[in-house]
Amino acid sequence: MGLETVFGKSFLTSRVDDAVNWARKYSFFQYPFVTACCGMEFMSVWASTYDIARFGAEFPRFSPKQADVLFVVGTVNEKLAPVLKRVYDQMAEPKWVVAFGVCATSGGFYDNYATVQGIDKVIPVDVYIPGCPPRPQAILDALMKLQEKVSTETVLKYKGK
Amino acid sequence: MTKEQSGKGTMTITEKIKEKLPGHLLDSGGFRGDETVTLRKEALIDAANYLKHGLKFEFLMDLTCVDYLGVKEPRFEMVYHFYSFENNLRLRVKVPLSLEESAVDSLSSLWLSADWYEREVYDMFGINFNGHPDLRRILMYDGFAGHPLRKDYPLKKRQPRIAESVKSKT
Repeated sequence: MGLETVFGKSFLTSRVDDAVNWARKYSFFQYPFVTACCGMEFMSVWASTYDIARFGAEFPRFSPKQADVLFVVGTVNEKLAPVLKRVYDQMAEPKWVVAFGVCATSGGFYDNYATVQGIDKVIPVDVYIPGCPPRPQAILDALMKLQEKVSTETVLKYKGK
Repeated sequence: MTKEQSGKGTMTITEKIKEKLPGHLLDSGGFRGDETVTLRKEALIDAANYLKHGLKFEFLMDLTCVDYLGVKEPRFEMVYHFYSFENNLRLRVKVPLSLEESAVDSLSSLWLSADWYEREVYDMFGINFNGHPDLRRILMYDGFAGHPLRKDYPLKKRQPRIAESVKSKT
């Protein structure tokens, strides 16, 4: 079929997209933007029972410049919104955003003067996780959905450009 | 019960305040042994001085405000909670304030803890504090218009700092 038939077992052919996406989706470096109680469930995902390391996504970076995935975990209020936007802007492409819990997704029950009604009013979001807080299983499910999404992207075109 | 606990004679805290500040006590009451006095705002700083140094209410536990819009006049009511370690007594002091004259003396010269409490009340209710060292918003951001815990602040009013230009990618 491919070049393997000519060159034997010393070669493996693939598409560039597949190879790069395979590397990207199994090596997420997260930026945990943790503001509220959802952080407890997020820590639980890191711990041995749920073990997010099985997905290659266990490594938190506390500099946005080194991170691929922005986890917005908890309530974001209007006072904090410019900080979130700045963190997002500082992340290098390619980058993804996960809205973790109902507060980050829609403001949750904080329908008031102070709370951003969903972080997608401030930054673009790839995956939303409902729940107050979400179960760790839901977080792993979201991570797998994000992996699926990453595997359909192409390296030749930046998103939104 | 407070007659014994107050330590000085047989007068209650309310009676002592009434004697010390004649004409300034608007109302008084009690609930399960804790007394409440309502004072005119002109008497607040004198009353606070007397409470701290005379009656040994060393601790300002809390300081907040209530907006009784449409319920009673004057509209605002400052509420102070004091505690006396020495006598194990609590005291609630209320000070009614109208919208037109919504300024009251700051207690930050007597209790440093009043500093941030009063900033919060200023932020949420727009009450001004005479003599406060640094009266500015503490919770809401600079540029926020209005005072959100006033009952006439629109329930659904939003003041976003970032224009909603980006939409969800999904």
